[in-house]
Amino acid sequence: MKFIISLLLIALLSFAACLYLPWWSIAIVAFLVLALLPQTPGKAFLCGFSAIALLWALLSFYKSSQNEHLLAHKVSVIILQMDNPFLLVALTALIGAVVAGFGALTGSFIHKRKIVA
Amino acid sequence: MRIIPLAICAVITTALILLFNTKYILPAPLGKLLAPQQGIWQNAEPADYDFSADLVFNDLKGKAEVYVDDRLVPHIFAEQENDAYFIQGYLHAKFRLWQMDLQTLSAAGRASEVVGDVALTHDREFRRLGMVYAAENSLKVMEADPATKASCDAYTAGVNALINSLTESTLPLEYKLIGYKPGLWSNLRTALFLKYMSYDLAAHENDFEMTNAREFFSPADFEKLYPVVQDSLDPIIPKGTAFAPASIPLNKPATADSLYFKNIVSVEEANKPDRDNGSNNWAVSGSKTASGAPILCNDPHLGLNLPSLWYEMQISTPGFNAYGASFPGSPNIIIGFNDNAAFGFTNGGRDVRDYYEIQFKDDSRQEYWFDSAWKKTTFRFEQIKIAGKPVFVDTVAYTIFGPVMYDKSFAGKRSNNQKIYAVRWKAHDPSNELIIFNALNHAKNYDDYQAAVVNLHTPGQNCVFATKTGDIAIRTQGEWPAKWKGQGDFVMPGTDSSYMWKGMIPDSETPYQYNPERAFVSSANQRPVDSTYPYYLGREYPSPRGFIINRKLSAMQQVTPKDMMDLQTDNYNVFAEMAMPLFIKNINDSAFSAQEKKYYDLLKAWDLRNDVNSKGATVFVLTWNNFKKVVFDDEFINAPTPIQRPFESTLLEALLKDSSYKFVDNISTTQQETLIDAATLAFKKTVPALIAAENAGKLEWAKNKGTYVSHLTKIPAFGRYDLPIGGGTNIINATREGHGPSWRMVVSLTAKTEAFGIFPGGQSGNPGSKFYDNFISDWAAGKYYSLWMMTKEEVADKRVKWKMTFSGS
Repeated sequence: MKFIISLLLIALLSFAACLYLPWWSIAIVAFLVLALLPQTPGKAFLCGFSAIALLWALLSFYKSSQNEHLLAHKVSVIILQMDNPFLLVALTALIGAVVAGFGALTGSFIHKRKIVA
Repeated sequence: MRIIPLAICAVITTALILLFNTKYILPAPLGKLLAPQQGIWQNAEPADYDFSADLVFNDLKGKAEVYVDDRLVPHIFAEQENDAYFIQGYLHAKFRLWQMDLQTLSAAGRASEVVGDVALTHDREFRRLGMVYAAENSLKVMEADPATKASCDAYTAGVNALINSLTESTLPLEYKLIGYKPGLWSNLRTALFLKYMSYDLAAHENDFEMTNAREFFSPADFEKLYPVVQDSLDPIIPKGTAFAPASIPLNKPATADSLYFKNIVSVEEANKPDRDNGSNNWAVSGSKTASGAPILCNDPHLGLNLPSLWYEMQISTPGFNAYGASFPGSPNIIIGFNDNAAFGFTNGGRDVRDYYEIQFKDDSRQEYWFDSAWKKTTFRFEQIKIAGKPVFVDTVAYTIFGPVMYDKSFAGKRSNNQKIYAVRWKAHDPSNELIIFNALNHAKNYDDYQAAVVNLHTPGQNCVFATKTGDIAIRTQGEWPAKWKGQGDFVMPGTDSSYMWKGMIPDSETPYQYNPERAFVSSANQRPVDSTYPYYLGREYPSPRGFIINRKLSAMQQVTPKDMMDLQTDNYNVFAEMAMPLFIKNINDSAFSAQEKKYYDLLKAWDLRNDVNSKGATVFVLTWNNFKKVVFDDEFINAPTPIQRPFESTLLEALLKDSSYKFVDNISTTQQETLIDAATLAFKKTVPALIAAENAGKLEWAKNKGTYVSHLTKIPAFGRYDLPIGGGTNIINATREGHGPSWRMVVSLTAKTEAFGIFPGGQSGNPGSKFYDNFISDWAAGKYYSLWMMTKEEVADKRVKWKMTFSGS
């Protein structure tokens, strides 16, 4: 339950933060959420990772679908050297996920003892 | 707190952020680029995006509505004329900001600020040509005219209103990809944009190349290789027109043909405007049209890029109502029509950029020898900012002629040069070109047109005009230097005032036509007049397009707009019409292999049209290119470089007159080659290329030519390649690889104007918009769109998709 709540919190707060702050505020959000709602390091990483993977995949896929993937076709050729909009969505999700995952992991070490989930 | 793992993870997180937010390790800041709320996904314009908006700006004096139609063409209806220019600036920036910013940075020699020192040679050359100096000179006179200043101020305010509204998310895609931000607009940048067009259209010359050719070849050979007037010339102002003697005494210096030819030039311009930057335009009188109303046509041939150079729009104010193609970077409609008349341009193409060799007293460059005395230079300190590097300061000396462009410290493409060349460029002189467009947008009749175009100084243009009342006219307009024969073909001595330009040809001596008997006027960058005109006009003009346009127009009656579209997109190769008999007569096929015979049959059966699927066109063009090499390579192999090769039609016309043309002989062999030998050899040399082309599936002309419209960055994913379009050099449909008709327009001036047009691009500059390149396929197919001069009564028309309102606070 705590995992789900943390995950949703990270996703929601990251979305709100990125309306005003740079993209890497997702790491700070994940750090803060895990600092306030402690979890084991492994779960913490997974929580931050999944939250942003989901959020960024959804957001970029939604943007791309509305655009009929016109831009993603072109940009995927530039960044990935292959015409694959879905891979570009996946790469987007992965980059956000890794950054948020490590932010969350860092947050989980604020606490002294092992946490019982 | 578990301090060690915490610290380690904090460092890793920070490192990841740096990795994905900078270009230090990865080639691009991938996190910043792909973040869905800030990065490139924000530029993925929804297919059903709603462009409607209600906007309030303090700078506006009244109210305005903009109706945006289904092709994303805005129709501006403004109560105040200057509000219309504010909105024009706002819309240009909304849809085309990045290109405006880049083109004016490039014009100002500031490209290094964005791309680093790879652009330093470009920036130095543009600064040394005096681009900023020229723009500043023009801005002074533009701002001295109250109406021009007001329109520029409004335009600038509109561009900046859009720039100031941008956020990280709404920044155009290219800024995100390259990683920089737009600078604010200014009236100087509008002046710089116009100088950029002057550069494109009025900076082409071959003075260094011709100087080396003149030094290398004997005077007799030189005249054979570079004739002043071509036989096929059908000038803009027909032959036989009487011209008054020159009112400006030309006084050719006595030493002009001898003094300065022991003179090898070892600098080479790093940037050279395309010689084919030209155009077609014509107007047909009502006596020749089916409707009885004049029809005006124009298609400017320029480099084809995305985002397009042109942005289509309508501007309607209480003072005028105009529609056409505008330049993102400048107020007004540039090529188009209003409720009374239509107007268009082709490039005048005269040589208005000359070089003078300067003798400095010493390396301090403070004094130079001029008219038997030491004269002082002034200096301009060009501060060139370079991304990631310290500022580069280029100290440029200015002489009575203009800036010293090439000296010991700068030789363009070359590294070693001991000589000093100052450049005299007509675009350095102050002029206000915006007056012309503004006045043409308002023009009601021929007098208005004449009063408008006399303001055109540089780039000089053949201005075509037609009215609903039945007038047609063309003026070979511009402020042109009055030259003696040969002046400016070569580098001139900078020590003697007698080599300077003698003044400008007065406007009363501008060749023009007004309602001529032949019932049409036309131009296609050919020499404007025949050799009886008293001033020297230079050597380099393409003749074939003008020749075929005039031949076709002369034969046409009951002309309809459709006929005019067919003419603009015509792929008939008149150059080949003249060259083919020469090939057929002289190519000896008696010893051809089966393979060679096959391609020769294609050539013989060819219908002289460079259509999309024509194989014969490919055979002809490749053979002709080899033929030129077979004839001239031996003469040029030991020539100094840079050097000018003979102009397009020279070889053909020489051979038509004299099949024993001396250059046909290969001087590196002992025997005497004939035209038969040269033509046969050229064909045989072409066959391997034809076989390769056929194996690659590229024997058809369009595939062989491979026309493309590339993005300004040349990023392939943002361009369109291998377009199925015919035409080519010397053809009315002058579509080459990356160059061609950048805006095609046909305007029939009937009571209710019927206008048609298209450009190879789209209204939006955003590669993530469906309006980015949506006109290209239709353009390639030779289709046109109806140009809708909307009225306020038509706001409910189904073509109107969006409405923007603009008001003052």
